[in-house]
Amino acid sequence: MKRSSESGMSVIVRTVTCVAAIPVIIFGLYVIMHGHLTPGGGFAGGAIIATMTALFIVAEGGDAADRLGRGMLLTAESAGLVLFALLGFLGLRTTFFYNFLANTGSIFGTQVPFGPNPGYLNTAGVIPLMNLVVGLEVFAALSLVVIFMFSYRKEEQ
Amino acid sequence: MSFIVEHGPALAIAVPLMAAFATPLISRAGGRLRELWAVLCLAATLVIVVMLSMDVLSSGVRVYALGASIPSLTSPGGFPIRIVLEVDAMSAMMGLISVSIALLVCIYSTQYMKKYQGLDKFYALLLMITSAMLGLVFTGDLFNMFVFLELLSVSSGALVAFYMGRGEPAEAAFKYVIISATGALMVLLAVCFLYGQYNLLSIGALAGVMQFTFLDKIALVLLVSAFALKCGAVPLHMWVSDAYGEAPVPVTAVLVVVSQASLYALFRVSFTLYGAMATISVIGWAMIILGILSMFIGVTLAMMQRDIKRLMAYHAISQTGYMLLGVGVGLAVIGDVGALSSYGMTAIEGGLFHVINHAMYKGLLFLTAGAIIYRTGTRDLNKLGGLAHAMPVTTCFFIIGMLSIAGLPPFNGFSSKIMIYESVFMFSPVLSIIAILVSILTLASFVKVFQSAFLGPKRREYKDVKEVPVAMLIAMGILAFFIILFGLLPDLAVQWLIEPAAKALLNQLNYVGVIV
Amino acid sequence: MISLPFLAVMVIISIGLSAVIFRRNLVKIVMGTSIIASAINLFLVSLGYREGGVAPIFTGAPRLEMVLPTPQALTLTSIVIDLAVTAMMLSFAIIIYRHYGSLDSRKRRLRE
Repeated sequence: MKRSSESGMSVIVRTVTCVAAIPVIIFGLYVIMHGHLTPGGGFAGGAIIATMTALFIVAEGGDAADRLGRGMLLTAESAGLVLFALLGFLGLRTTFFYNFLANTGSIFGTQVPFGPNPGYLNTAGVIPLMNLVVGLEVFAALSLVVIFMFSYRKEEQ
Repeated sequence: MSFIVEHGPALAIAVPLMAAFATPLISRAGGRLRELWAVLCLAATLVIVVMLSMDVLSSGVRVYALGASIPSLTSPGGFPIRIVLEVDAMSAMMGLISVSIALLVCIYSTQYMKKYQGLDKFYALLLMITSAMLGLVFTGDLFNMFVFLELLSVSSGALVAFYMGRGEPAEAAFKYVIISATGALMVLLAVCFLYGQYNLLSIGALAGVMQFTFLDKIALVLLVSAFALKCGAVPLHMWVSDAYGEAPVPVTAVLVVVSQASLYALFRVSFTLYGAMATISVIGWAMIILGILSMFIGVTLAMMQRDIKRLMAYHAISQTGYMLLGVGVGLAVIGDVGALSSYGMTAIEGGLFHVINHAMYKGLLFLTAGAIIYRTGTRDLNKLGGLAHAMPVTTCFFIIGMLSIAGLPPFNGFSSKIMIYESVFMFSPVLSIIAILVSILTLASFVKVFQSAFLGPKRREYKDVKEVPVAMLIAMGILAFFIILFGLLPDLAVQWLIEPAAKALLNQLNYVGVIV
Repeated sequence: MISLPFLAVMVIISIGLSAVIFRRNLVKIVMGTSIIASAINLFLVSLGYREGGVAPIFTGAPRLEMVLPTPQALTLTSIVIDLAVTAMMLSFAIIIYRHYGSLDSRKRRLRE
């Protein structure tokens, strides 16, 4: 059985990577969604989810980088960026980047109660939406960086 | 239309940014749609910036607080905590020249870059460079200036390495990005020093409370050196010839304006942030010395180049020296009211006018060099020859650019250089004589280029070279028209654009008063 | 007596600068830039510290003294920028290796 780094690591490593993908991705989504209450936010959560791409390529071998879908990641990255700029434009009735959803009662619009509280998810207006969009974009961009660097590595041989 | 003027500073930065984000999605529908999208978005940005400048030139500084409940609420409760965009006449002038050159370069590159792959990323990065330049000149907050400076160096560094078939563009881009990143990190260090002492980040608020301690002077030295590194002044010029020489020609024309944007940041920091310091004339003398070194060393290094783009890059270094000399003389006499009103203002106006003129004629010269490279495929002056027979219009544009950079009337190089010569002569005659000498050497160097590229008998290998396509001719023609216009009627530009800009630079209280 | 984080910041910046200036391998130059950026992030975070302060997320806080929140936002921005610049410079190093065959910065092809 070939054990070189081109064909990936052993069966145990590949299975454990697939099993460990689930908690890591859920943890990354938790960090993204709770960005307005706990440290983290869009960028940190997106980077956590993007480590699964790198882990997958390391476990399966350098050839696996060509099998991952680049077109979908490129579309996700551009869509994330366009949605972020759009969220800034939507507040333009007052100013650019105005938080038009905070304290209004619509989605993410609950008022924050005074004093120490366990942190309510439904608050802070446009900030959790921006966190989601930035998380999607950072995940797509960092995955693409890792995939392109691995595919260049193959060409030099 | 007052909606556009009221939200103008934010719209001028956000529209090209969103266009840059949407370009990879739109280019799925075809190449023609992508180029049309880029040109239309840059034209829309130009309209926004023109309307904003007309309002700023007539009614004073316009300020915009991001995310506030009304746009002019910069200090809620008396604490200047908002991120503010502040547009005065100097910012408006730099914004106009940035967007105009970017639009003309985009029109030029619809034809020039037709045969390359990966063009959706090219246009996205070009739009992002425009947005970052506008962000750098419209912002009134030091950390925001650092962020846009890094965005500018990253996107222009990516475009410098656009040709991936050879290794040299990647090497030039590596050198450019390392040097720019280190310089920007020194800017961040200076911003940290200032924040740690005063707990404020916006330029207007800092200028009001600054006490010029020893740490502030260290921060000033770091800021001046980092911005001089981004302009290409002489002891820090090692990246200019490589980056300008290996980038695609439209990108080089935009890189010229990127260097002028860093020059704007240098002036903003020395005049507005530190303008009330008692010993600010030391910085003026430092700018004069940097200017003289750049002028002289730039032109002497240019005379021995064989490659047409590297030669023009060294001339760009030398012309940056003129701008530093002019504004440096103004800064050196800023405490002396009599000298300031007699020749200091003219020196600053000459330096700022030279910024606009240099962007125009250097852009025209690079675009004509691009026309030569597009038709003949070579950059080496020893292999070119006799192109005036086949490309008459390009030859005419090259002559206009050559006479303008040498400072001959009736072109716009003369208008700004005469202001610099006269005012610097009253400050110190030796500097003025060096400046005139450098002009003569510039003319000699360009006559050599003209003779070896255009004159002489037609060469056998170029016998089926024709004139360049119409889009490239339109871009070069508009630049040539404005060169002649500013050369024949310089008062038009000086009265409406330059004099308000120079007055806005010196008027620190106006800038501060809008914030606090 | 200079406070200890600021002294550490200056030492790490000088280490990073000496790596950028004196090292020949391209990857080590990139690492030097990353070291300088990490040191400046440390500087930013330690600027906001107030002795005995609590986290700046309360309304109706148990103590009135809070750590400054602005440097934390500045640090996050700076980390993202440093990541983008490092990724780009490493991509350039990969392209240079593919064309030149070595990562030595003395083997240049661009001459003056």
